[in-house]
Amino acid sequence: MKDLVLSWLDERYKLSSFLEWARHKTVPVHRWTIFYYTGGVCLFLFLVQIATGILLLMYYRVGAESSYESVRFITSQVEFGWLMRSVHSWAANLLIFFVLAHMFSIFVMRSYRSPRELSWVTGCFLLGLMMAFGFSGYLLPWNELAYFATKVGTDIVGQLPVAGGWLLKLVRGGEEVTGATLSRFFGLHVAILPAAATCLIGVHLLFVQVQGMSHGEDAKAHMPFFPNFVLRDLALWLVALNVICVLAVFFPWELGLKADALKSAPAGIKPEWYFLSQYQLLKVMPARILLVPGELWGIFLFGAAGGAVLLLPFWDSLIRARGKERWLDVLGWGALAATAALTVWGHLS
Amino acid sequence: MITRRKFLNAMLGVGTAGWLGSVVYPVLRYLLPPETTEAEPDTLSLGPAEQFPRGAGKIFKFGKRPVLLIRTKDGAFHALAATCTHLDCLVQYRDDMDAVWCACHGGKYDLAGRNIAGPPPKPLAQFAVKVVDGNLVLGGALT
Ligand code: HEM
Ligand code: FES
Repeated sequence: MKDLVLSWLDERYKLSSFLEWARHKTVPVHRWTIFYYTGGVCLFLFLVQIATGILLLMYYRVGAESSYESVRFITSQVEFGWLMRSVHSWAANLLIFFVLAHMFSIFVMRSYRSPRELSWVTGCFLLGLMMAFGFSGYLLPWNELAYFATKVGTDIVGQLPVAGGWLLKLVRGGEEVTGATLSRFFGLHVAILPAAATCLIGVHLLFVQVQGMSHGEDAKAHMPFFPNFVLRDLALWLVALNVICVLAVFFPWELGLKADALKSAPAGIKPEWYFLSQYQLLKVMPARILLVPGELWGIFLFGAAGGAVLLLPFWDSLIRARGKERWLDVLGWGALAATAALTVWGHLS
Repeated sequence: MITRRKFLNAMLGVGTAGWLGSVVYPVLRYLLPPETTEAEPDTLSLGPAEQFPRGAGKIFKFGKRPVLLIRTKDGAFHALAATCTHLDCLVQYRDDMDAVWCACHGGKYDLAGRNIAGPPPKPLAQFAVKVVDGNLVLGGALT
């Protein structure tokens, strides 16, 4: 029976060529092979977000009068609602962590070099999309912390020269953060970003598939992609799911107080960890440097840093041509240390 | 010489640009919400002055703008725009500092709204407060 179905499908869709392809795809084995699993973990976490996000959508009702109440309903009334929400929140954080880990491992291995420049560039855009997911999703429960985080985050956009005021209205859906902002963020979070991320992940994986894994030539050994690598990948996904569930059960996500446009920002307010380094920088910027407001300098700094990371494969060759390979390590590890230091400082202060 | 091919390509380009513009423009205009004009009231009555606790602050909506009403320990009233001039958070009165403080990035203002510490680049607008027949009345912006 099984053979009958298979041969029926094979006649029509050439399954055998797919199997042939799977047999020939290999993964290089060397001391950094473990880094090849970071991308797979990101993919898995994204799938977890899609699944739990769709489940949350069954009860979530967007609106300044209903968002907070519906999330409270999910966590307090719906069976396992607390689990779905906590898994979605924890997996979101782990996803950003693993995207960063994935990127840094690629930096360490120098896998972004020719011909894989565009894999790096699409990966950078995926990080941007994941941060946009995190920022827009954070507002959805319409609680106090989310309200102020969104006020500050969108006001930064408004500080941009020339188009700032216009962009501010575009993202907020008005002058202020209101239910209109919530609707916009909701549309972004559950429709626009998932569609964009799905397409971009597709392109990213296509690039990887067409070019094969990096360091294939210098590796002494290879393992078949299927089943050896895939099974290891799946085992790791199982570990990841368990870690998420343990975190969700023992550290359930808080809901906090409902947003109130007539209440002062609470003491100790802070953004999520992946925005802490930028936050701390804004905090320590003086009001003005050379007449230009401090936050503009801050925005300029993030912009320049982001641009440098995005274009790394292109300026990297200039450094290499001079034989200053060590500079790259100094720069990369230095940037990581500075970001980590700002994050810890932001957390402690 | 303009060849037939060049001419047609140019027409195609202009046509495509025009088509794109006629799609993008309405979408962009659609995304910008219509202006809502909410008249700024001249005054806002806040009830009996004596009931307002000393050494505390509270935010009221004055037209579109949130305003922080402060009553110091010695009983004096101050009213300041509640929106931080740094990045839009809502500030609070800190009795222990005898100042207005913003929790978001630690900005500080004195009771006249002057930015005295931290990142805020500008002072907070001051509003008039009066006690009329024992009732607290908030008036328009002074600065
Ligand atoms: C792809 C499809 C996705 C859908 C349909 C979806 C849907 C939702 C919904 C309905 C909420 C509101 C409920 C709640 O607050 O618990 C939410 C919250 C949230 N989402 Fe998503 N989401 C998706 C993907 C993602 C991704 C990829 C990320 C992260 C990088 C993410 C991060 C968040 C965060 C941080 C929250 C706030 C959690 C909270 O405080 O409750 N989401 N999402
Ligand atoms: S928003 Fe008030 S100090 Fe930054």
